[in-house]
Amino acid sequence: MAALSTALPRASFGQRISWGPLTAALGILLFLVAFLILPVAMVIYVAFTDPGSGELTLANFMDFFRSALFREAFYNSFYVAAMSVVLATVFALPLAYITSRFNFRGAVLIQTLGFVPLIMPPFIGAVAMQLLFGANGSVNLLLRDWFGITIPFMEGLNGVILVQSIHYFPFILINLSASLRNIDRSMEESAQMLGSHGMRLFRRIVLPLAMPGYIAGASLVFVKVFDDLGTPLLLNVNTMLAPQAYLRISSVGISDPMGYVISVILIVCSIFAMWVSISAMRGKDYSTTQKGGGGLSKRDLGALETAGCYLVVLALLAIVLAPHIGLLLLSLGTVWSFSVLPDGFTTEHYVVAVNKAWPFIKNTLIYAGIAALIDVLLGTAIAYLAARTTLIGRKWLDYIAMAALAVPGVVLGIGYLRLFYSVDMPFTGAPLATWWGIIVIALATRRLPYALRSCSAALQQVSPSLEEASENLGAPKVRTVRRIVLPLMAAGLVAGFVTSFATAAVELSATIMLVARESDAPLAYGLYLFMQSAAGRGPGAALGVITVVIVGLATYFAQHLVEKARREQSASAGSH
Amino acid sequence: MSSFALKAAAGAAALFASVSLTTLAIASDKLTIVTSYPADVTDVYKTAFEQAHPGVTVEVVNKATSAGVKFLKETTSNNSSDIFWASAPDAFEVLKADGLLEKYSPAVEGLPEKIGAYPINDPDGFYTGFALSGYGIMWNTRYAQSYGLEPARQWSDLTKAEYFGHVGISSPSRSGTTHLTIETILQGEGWEKGWEQIKWISGNSYTITERSFGVPDGVNTGSFGFGVVIDFFGFSSRSSGFPVDFVYPDVTALVPANVGIVTKAPNEENARKFVDFLLSTKGQELLLDPKIMRLPVNPEAYAHAPEGFPNPFVGDTIKASVSFDSEASKAHYNAVNALFDSMITYRHKELTAAVKAIHEAEAAVGEGGSQEAKDLIKEARALVAWTPVDLETANDSAFAAIFTTKRQTADDKATGRQAEVEQEWDSRIVANYAKAVELAGKAKSMK
Repeated sequence: MAALSTALPRASFGQRISWGPLTAALGILLFLVAFLILPVAMVIYVAFTDPGSGELTLANFMDFFRSALFREAFYNSFYVAAMSVVLATVFALPLAYITSRFNFRGAVLIQTLGFVPLIMPPFIGAVAMQLLFGANGSVNLLLRDWFGITIPFMEGLNGVILVQSIHYFPFILINLSASLRNIDRSMEESAQMLGSHGMRLFRRIVLPLAMPGYIAGASLVFVKVFDDLGTPLLLNVNTMLAPQAYLRISSVGISDPMGYVISVILIVCSIFAMWVSISAMRGKDYSTTQKGGGGLSKRDLGALETAGCYLVVLALLAIVLAPHIGLLLLSLGTVWSFSVLPDGFTTEHYVVAVNKAWPFIKNTLIYAGIAALIDVLLGTAIAYLAARTTLIGRKWLDYIAMAALAVPGVVLGIGYLRLFYSVDMPFTGAPLATWWGIIVIALATRRLPYALRSCSAALQQVSPSLEEASENLGAPKVRTVRRIVLPLMAAGLVAGFVTSFATAAVELSATIMLVARESDAPLAYGLYLFMQSAAGRGPGAALGVITVVIVGLATYFAQHLVEKARREQSASAGSH
Repeated sequence: MSSFALKAAAGAAALFASVSLTTLAIASDKLTIVTSYPADVTDVYKTAFEQAHPGVTVEVVNKATSAGVKFLKETTSNNSSDIFWASAPDAFEVLKADGLLEKYSPAVEGLPEKIGAYPINDPDGFYTGFALSGYGIMWNTRYAQSYGLEPARQWSDLTKAEYFGHVGISSPSRSGTTHLTIETILQGEGWEKGWEQIKWISGNSYTITERSFGVPDGVNTGSFGFGVVIDFFGFSSRSSGFPVDFVYPDVTALVPANVGIVTKAPNEENARKFVDFLLSTKGQELLLDPKIMRLPVNPEAYAHAPEGFPNPFVGDTIKASVSFDSEASKAHYNAVNALFDSMITYRHKELTAAVKAIHEAEAAVGEGGSQEAKDLIKEARALVAWTPVDLETANDSAFAAIFTTKRQTADDKATGRQAEVEQEWDSRIVANYAKAVELAGKAKSMK
């Protein structure tokens, strides 16, 4: 194990105060305080306020733990999040392993298709899943006709687990694949020379080396599912924490503090989960000094093995793409009611959708693009500060940024409205909260953790020795970062950009509070509008398909760029 | 990678600049409408109004009724909205009480003042009714046929055993229209009997949907066969081609859907024009658009109504035996929401178990069963029907205060916290439902 370097966060050279990192850290802190901490603090404050007297109190929290309903909601949220991680792993592990282990045609296609579920607006996915797997959905109608039985795929918590794990499993797939690709081939070769192979090789060498990626992905899935609102709401599951918070906050007349209390508890639980994942990683240094051509050695498959792989991959893709298949049918169908397939097919919905959708599409590309750019910039800076400098409290930047994961979108939206409504925009005098830029900032804040984890994982696999070498050769810090660190992190950065972009493009919960006029509304909001009426379902589904295609193409090209950059990089590394 | 990032940055910056310019451009003639209505409704009116008043651009802000009310409250210091346009009269009452609506008497003449005994417009002139809505039962004809179910005509039909698992309903705390439906049943049947009926319908329900549109949506797709909905959901689904139908039970009320001008509206003149346009014969006829299908308040608009479209001003297709009392509704508005969620939404699993057990026991015991078994079933039914508060308590303003945390003065001291009270209800409700299952099981084994 000589190739594994030790002591990751090390003292920087020379021990002099470096102003660059300090300024960067303060700037980031300012952003986080203004757009994350203060708005959330406004909401938290209510949780500790006695509604009767206006005094500070803990009574609201006592009420929470005394209530059987809230305890049950707490348990259900935990159960659903944990089961979703398990099921998501079942989907992700074979796909990641097959594509990075074997010479398998269409690996890029699989990785792109495997990414597609993320760009499904969650509530639309649930609609499509109901049509296919619901109590009277296509599958159960067939089962009832043929065998007289039905299977409760979508009953209660089952439905939430199924929809969530399909929606979020790409987090595990992406991070796990990135880890597998970054494993130094010499590790594997050393193990093989020492006589390890097969399952033992996988268990003792590959699995531990891929662990950072897996844990990063799994903890994201856990926290997202734990906090997610749209899916349980659409499936009418109320006894979970996030729906309880939302239901209580958003009703007319009920300004009771329990919704705010639940928000606080959600935040605390999510921070705890992230902390567990970070401590699990502590002391596990998997960075390697060389990029050994990248990834595990790939081997060719026999005809039978290839067929087996195809079978597994196609079966998994059929399951995880089911929402998209359902959506496509819905967008092309005339009337789909209590039948296996729609009554007839038409392209008319697309005409309606295209006529109405262009402003939504334009807004989405702008908002999600800028938000993802902000995220990658901040994410790289935070990851670098946390891992490579000795600034006091550097880890806290990471923790605070990650805490955004734990803030339900609706809570952030309410906080923004409270905080920014009385602030006027310069020049126009309109309230800051109604400016579309606030939507971008909300999206950037909400999606920062995704980019940050990708950037951190990428940085963790770049050995500090490479930087030391660069600095020993006289390169200043900035140049080292630009010429050595960033290029080595490129794949992770693009992964971060794409994850932030794609998920921001379909975000609804924060934007629904902040959209002040329809001309500023993003796609997810347009979809939401369409889905509110009987005649709007078809066009809504068509708009959904258009969204998935646009974001899917963007993702595909980004992926393509990563591959190209990686090839160029290993080629140039080889020429030295 | 770096070139990609550069391009992305440059592109983003260019887009940024172009959008900023358009945002900064000062609008000459605008109208901003906050509404709970879907694009199907707002598009039709936006187009027609812009045609009738060239030069005016209509901006639509779509929010759920409750979120819309919240939005207007939050933004009142710097108001940018002109019109609030939604169904539930309660929401308008809330806005009116908070001084967020501006008085206006529409210029359109010859409109009826009342439907039955119910005033169509706010007597104080703060908001105006533009359409009427009744509540009823919508069903999927394919679904009903496949499961061999007769269309339900009255609320009481939906409480029967054969509809178990085939009904959908929303929660009044989530949906303003469902709140009106529940309130109508409570007023029409009386507090105790009303709640019992609501609980049996809910116990027969496959799910309690989170949004009011969730119910017609579920019926349209066939997730469940029968739904408790507002009339236009039924009519517009039918005219969109879904195999569904709609009926008004006898216990229903016609309640106006409203429009009001927001206080300190930036485009007040246009706001007035919009209200007048909405009430004009032309504006009223737009309500008959196949995607909208609401009952106009202007009787002349019915001249061009499609075949089978009900006219509340003529004949008795809509019995509307309840004349809705909005004062009474206001007195226990929050209590009804909290009670429904405590007894039904959050304990739906337990409720359906109890209802199912009683249905089974009744089927097993039948007419000829022993008196003892019948008594057990009666006891089980009473446990399901139990409601934590009676009407008098629900209307008591001291009791209602626990649901409104807003203190009027610093000396106000609310007694009890909502969460505390609800926990007391919850433990009793859960125990009751469990006991009902047990008693019904005992009765069934006795026969």
